[in-house]
Amino acid sequence: MYKVEAIIKPTKLHEVKDSLEEAGFASLTVTEVKGRGQQKGMVQQWRGRKYCVDLLPKTKIEIVLSEDEIDEVVELIRKTASTGEIGDGKIFIYPVKSVVRIRTGEKDGDAL
Amino acid sequence: MLKNMEKFGKLMILTCVILIALSSPGAAVTAEENAQAINDVQTALTFVWLLVASALVFFMHTGFSLVEIGLTRSKNTANILMKNFMTITLGILVYWAVGWGVMYGADAAGLIGTDQFLLMGVDNATFNGWFFQMVFAATGATIVSGAMAERTGFKAYLVYCILMVAIIYPVYGHWVWSGADAALLTGAESPIVKAIGVAHHDFAGSGVVHSIGGYAALAGVLLVGARIGKFRNGKPLAIPGHNLTYAFMGTLILALGWIGFNGGSTLDGNDPYMNLVVVNTFLSAAAGAVMVMLITWMKTGKPDPSLTANGLLGGLVAITAPCGSVSNGASIVIGIIAGIIIYAGVMFNENVLKVDDPVGAIAVHGYCGSWGLLSVGLFSIGIGNGILADAAYAAEVPGLLYGGGVGLLAIQATGVILSIVWGLGVSYVIFKIIDLVIGLRVPEEIEIMGLDIAEHDIRAYPEHQLIED
Repeated sequence: MYKVEAIIKPTKLHEVKDSLEEAGFASLTVTEVKGRGQQKGMVQQWRGRKYCVDLLPKTKIEIVLSEDEIDEVVELIRKTASTGEIGDGKIFIYPVKSVVRIRTGEKDGDAL
Repeated sequence: MLKNMEKFGKLMILTCVILIALSSPGAAVTAEENAQAINDVQTALTFVWLLVASALVFFMHTGFSLVEIGLTRSKNTANILMKNFMTITLGILVYWAVGWGVMYGADAAGLIGTDQFLLMGVDNATFNGWFFQMVFAATGATIVSGAMAERTGFKAYLVYCILMVAIIYPVYGHWVWSGADAALLTGAESPIVKAIGVAHHDFAGSGVVHSIGGYAALAGVLLVGARIGKFRNGKPLAIPGHNLTYAFMGTLILALGWIGFNGGSTLDGNDPYMNLVVVNTFLSAAAGAVMVMLITWMKTGKPDPSLTANGLLGGLVAITAPCGSVSNGASIVIGIIAGIIIYAGVMFNENVLKVDDPVGAIAVHGYCGSWGLLSVGLFSIGIGNGILADAAYAAEVPGLLYGGGVGLLAIQATGVILSIVWGLGVSYVIFKIIDLVIGLRVPEEIEIMGLDIAEHDIRAYPEHQLIED
């Protein structure tokens, strides 16, 4: 089992969520986060003066999957979340040791 | 049964119509009675119009509140709301007890009014005038709260607010609007008016309300100092406000209020010139906003929203003195120059004076107010000329650009100087005393925490977890 953690532009959340559901991956966890990449945030303007917003709002999506599903989901997120501009985000993939469904106590593959 | 009722009803209506028709011609009216009746209707019209205009100006306090909270950080929202709210509520009581008497009471030496305190001995018509003047007084006072926002203590502000409505505003108002023969800037017996040969004209208060408020704000920010983080090594930095929606709603509400502010200031519900006044007011406002949008677009590459909103207010403040005395074209020119003053004034305050005015109140009300007074001396058409053929309340003589010579410009400039000396000078002394006695500025840790929690034990948005710098 693996966890896919994608940091994407907040404006892309709905598109990514819908396309995942269409492909049969309805379960996910979403968090509003802040962060920055190599561009160190963004220059904005207030009353004629520039200022730097160095932590930008981002959306984190977490999905836990079995190994054979990883490639499809990662590619789907990458394609849907991409605008081609800077700040599109990143996808991280981690191994997951174990999963427990709270309601039934089912474990691992059965709990996904 | 129903049908009978219907018939009966119709019969009754017919009877009434016949009775009215028969009785009316019988009651012959004399010319005097007729004139009296017209006079009564006109008086009633003025009462109603001034109450409506007052209501619009009262609503401007919503506008001030929204502009000020929108252009500042959310951690100070409840505090700014309270300051604006207490300005109008204390304003009502203080202007009733003291302010009106100082402004419109029996004149002493052209400088100050001396009776009608607690509105003692006044008649019903005076109540009408009092209400209209009261909402103006509170407007002048509330200007300061925005400029000094986010670091001025609540108690210090309340004390200042009381003194503003009781003394600072009404004394200057007495010089201009009291109608006393010796009134310093407008009375025929005043040495200043005698020397220059023409009376000062400030239609609805570019000077009386806005300059006094704006320069009092300048005195306040000079003494209270800049917010933490506004300047780094003397270089001004941006501190973004938390809600442009509020700022723009507030700006538009203020513009709406100006229909009452300027439109009501003919003080006569039967004066057709209120229409010219309102049209000129909005032409100048629009020109001011467009001008600032273009300037910021050229200077920074993007049209700046909050400065553009300031531009509309700058145009409104500037046209407040000349709106009943100038042409449409002149109003647009006045608004364009007000727009330039807004941008240049905000930058001058931050880059040269190194003062911190989060909402731009000093440029909007102080500098554009002074420009408004001067513009009368340049663009006045003069009562009896051209479109002002039947005007009752306007600058008496033409301005410099309309062949009237420098007289009017000179008395307008005198008003500018007096409003700066009085607004800045007296406020500076009062703020200094408040600073020494109760302290003007909150401690550093309170400023960082936000005045909402520290002074009122509440956040304006308690259900939001807000991250603040």
